[in-house]
Amino acid sequence: MNTIITSKIIITMLIPMITGLLVMFSGKKPNLRDSWSTLGAILTFVSVLSFLPTILDGKQLKYTLFELYPGVSVMLNLDGLGVIFALVASFLWILASFYCVGYMRGLNEHAQTRFYVCYAVSVGAAMGAAFAGNLFTLYLFYEIVSIFTYPLVMHHQDKEGYWGAKKYIIYLMFTSKAFLLPAMVIIYVLAGTLDFQTANIAQGIFPADASRVAIGVAYLLCLFGFAKAGIMPLHNWLPDAMVAPTPVSALLHAVVVVKVGVFSICRVMLSVFGVNVLSETGLGLFTAYFVSFTILMASVIALTKTNLKARLAYSTVSQLSYIILGVAMLTPNSITGGLIHIANHAFAKITLFFAAGAIFVASGKKDIKEMGGLGYRMPWTMMAFGIASLGMIGIPPVGGFVTKWYLALGTIDIHNWILLCVLLLSSLLNAGYFVPVFLQGFFGKPLPEDAGVTGSLEKQPLVMFMVVPLVITATISVVIGVYPDLFLDLINLMVKS
Amino acid sequence: MEKYLILNTLNYPILSMLLIVPVVGAVVAMFLRGDTLLKYWSLAVTLVTAIISIPLWTGFDRTTAKYQFVELRHWFPELNLNYVVGVDGISVLLVLLTTFVMPLCVLCSWTYIQTRLKEFMVVMLLMETAMIGVFLSLNTVLFYIFWEGMLVPMYLIIAIWGGARKDYASIKFFLYTFAGSIFLLVAIIALYINTGTFFIPELMAHTYSFSFQMWVFIACALGFAIKVPMFPFHTWLPAAHVQAPTAGSVILASILLKMGGYGFLRFCLPIAPAATYYFVPVLIIMSLISIIVGGYLALGQTDIKKLIAYSSVGHMGFVTLGIFLLNDGGIKGAMLQMINHGITTGALFIMIGLIYERTHSRELADNNKLGMMMPIYVTFLGIFSLSSLAFPGTNSFVSEFLVLFGAFDKYPLVGALAIPGAILAAAYMLRLLQKMVWDDSDGHVHHGDKSHHIADCNAREIVQLAFLTIFVFWIGLHPTPLLDVMDTSVAHLIHQVDAGSILPDAAHQGEHHALLNDAGAWIKSIVSF
Repeated sequence: MNTIITSKIIITMLIPMITGLLVMFSGKKPNLRDSWSTLGAILTFVSVLSFLPTILDGKQLKYTLFELYPGVSVMLNLDGLGVIFALVASFLWILASFYCVGYMRGLNEHAQTRFYVCYAVSVGAAMGAAFAGNLFTLYLFYEIVSIFTYPLVMHHQDKEGYWGAKKYIIYLMFTSKAFLLPAMVIIYVLAGTLDFQTANIAQGIFPADASRVAIGVAYLLCLFGFAKAGIMPLHNWLPDAMVAPTPVSALLHAVVVVKVGVFSICRVMLSVFGVNVLSETGLGLFTAYFVSFTILMASVIALTKTNLKARLAYSTVSQLSYIILGVAMLTPNSITGGLIHIANHAFAKITLFFAAGAIFVASGKKDIKEMGGLGYRMPWTMMAFGIASLGMIGIPPVGGFVTKWYLALGTIDIHNWILLCVLLLSSLLNAGYFVPVFLQGFFGKPLPEDAGVTGSLEKQPLVMFMVVPLVITATISVVIGVYPDLFLDLINLMVKS
Repeated sequence: MEKYLILNTLNYPILSMLLIVPVVGAVVAMFLRGDTLLKYWSLAVTLVTAIISIPLWTGFDRTTAKYQFVELRHWFPELNLNYVVGVDGISVLLVLLTTFVMPLCVLCSWTYIQTRLKEFMVVMLLMETAMIGVFLSLNTVLFYIFWEGMLVPMYLIIAIWGGARKDYASIKFFLYTFAGSIFLLVAIIALYINTGTFFIPELMAHTYSFSFQMWVFIACALGFAIKVPMFPFHTWLPAAHVQAPTAGSVILASILLKMGGYGFLRFCLPIAPAATYYFVPVLIIMSLISIIVGGYLALGQTDIKKLIAYSSVGHMGFVTLGIFLLNDGGIKGAMLQMINHGITTGALFIMIGLIYERTHSRELADNNKLGMMMPIYVTFLGIFSLSSLAFPGTNSFVSEFLVLFGAFDKYPLVGALAIPGAILAAAYMLRLLQKMVWDDSDGHVHHGDKSHHIADCNAREIVQLAFLTIFVFWIGLHPTPLLDVMDTSVAHLIHQVDAGSILPDAAHQGEHHALLNDAGAWIKSIVSF
């Protein structure tokens, strides 16, 4: 494995942070401010893209910024897993920054400057997490994400907002202090370093004679410590965080924040503990069963929700666990299925949230029951919603199918019929809560006050700002379903070792 | 004597100058007229002291555990008593902390102190000498003189410039601390009778019988535990902090509390190593109780200053925990935690003083929703609050991590029991931050309403806070230079303790003391339970 030491990789993380500063100082000029956001997003994406050829070449980029203590440092290391997450998050930020303009101006929201600053810094910190080269760096950026998304969750500054934000920060801070901090210390005591083993996912960083009990404890602490992944029973913050403006729910609570959690868990499983240790101790299979409960239970809860965003939130909880399920099965196919879902879920779920937000801005509707016949007034939005739903259910040619295919192959590799049944059952449940939304949109009966109104809602300029991004994301989720090669190549780099 | 020392090689007596400059400054201040002149004079004196102390950092030899920059003068030859001052890796950072915090104390009193300014500045400068003296003394008599010398100025600072219940607070402070130092004096005399010297390195090298060590340890530890303060001796601290003026609180938090931790490292560990090992379980349990009780009480406070005061109890619990882990991670973590607590909590007290000058209240309910009115203040508050809750990338994280590392390495259960302290720290600091920044505000400033207007930080205040912010991130991201300074001395200390804890049998059988044996058996029964 070639490792190139270069300070260039700091750029990706710095651009969003600088964007945040520029936004802060141009708060008085909304057009300039919003252009900074978009520009920052584009540059971030380009910078990630520029590292892609090197990574595809099988090399890794590495840079140590600060050394705190031997084995504990702020170190960036970009490999296949990190680049998938960074690519997806930075690309979606571009679309989200357009979408934000439409949403925030469409609703004439207050404190928009604060909103954009925190938004940019959160994305920057997520980039840092994607690039993290050791557990401390990951923890550092994980915590920065928590702190900077707090003002976004309480953005409306009403009772609901404060309550949701309080719950949010309590869940995230409590778990990180109570579980992650000791986990990190235990890992350091056992291994003498916190640096990831990125060259080989099989080995992990522990010496062969490390106590298996201590490793098990550290693993469980990590699993629960990264509460952003929304594994039950620590998922409850996510539905309440949906009080935030929809662009926050869309980018952060469907892509960036929750994916930081899931990404961190995958990273810890693959680069700290390693496949060998997890399979030898049975922790992998335990995790697979454990998250299976979340997959099914969250889907059942989603069925009962009639508020569109709440339903999407529970769907997110359920879908995130697919990623962990895939990695936990510890076979090449299942890991591929799990990791590719980082991208597939991101594109599909952001489309769904974008659609929910566009519907809210254009028509003021939040509840699924009210959306009868809306498909005729917002055809693009509803079609995109339909396509993304197919992705969630796992129907070809949308990306979600690739995930389910590899995950199913993984269950067959380990001859585990229970997990295969979980997959199939959860797909049925997914269909159970997504199809009715689509049907309601096109075939449902409009509310009495909407009857007879047929004018399109998508023609207003600000709504256009929202519809165009969501059409693009829906298209891409089909494209990566048909051509998943880029992501498969990146994952292969890791899995083949 | 010389084998413990490296005499000062600079061409001026740096340590004596650190002691003399503030005293001379205080004497001159007595003759100055005009408040403005006095303020600038005191600032200049403290700044000069800080500048004089810089060679201690740049010229410090990091490869030796010997005392450096030493000055040796004969004082009372017939008592074998010399004037001897010096620094090693354990004390040098605390000296620097003192010299650099003092200018900030003068700055934060700039408008806060409205009455008897001259006396205030004189007392502050005398206080500086006494504090530096404690860290520099290599002689128990000198140490004790400075130790008691701190008591009176601090008493005056609370009793004259304090808040509404200043009499209660100052007397309580005085009695607690004085009670502790009396035992210290007994220990110093006992050590002299036993060995015939006051020179600390020689006292460390001497081997004492186990029962003698027990008594010395108890006498010293009591004084230091009160100073730290360790549960259950912590009750003077919230009273003193709440009533003291800002500068008093800053000195108290940043430097005075460190005397306890320093005392443990300088006296208890090396002089009574066997007793230290004997008492480790008790002291670790007390540290854990301090960590949790301090955090838990902080969570319930509505007075901001009290909240930070109780948080100090919790933070200092990590210091004593680290010290009595007696391993490299623990002691380095503890020493770094002392510096970090000085920086972060000092800054938080400055911030409280700053808001008190504006709203004249320390209640959380009167100081909320500041986010829109005081953006700069709130930014600093955010930084120091995060630092206080040991956010990664800030200074406290490094020290907390090291202490936890030491704990999990040696006694995993102790580490696990300290974790609730870290959780509580996050809880009370985030609660404070949420209430002060937003609370239930609707996000709109009351522009037209003049009565709601509170001025944001001015340049003087920004300089103070920005100066401390540099250290928050510097230590948070690059603590290696500080850890390097401690390295050799800590290794030497651990060696001293380990070597000293194995007593020859003869020493064990030395002077048996019935009462002590009873006490020992009693403690053992508690510990084994």
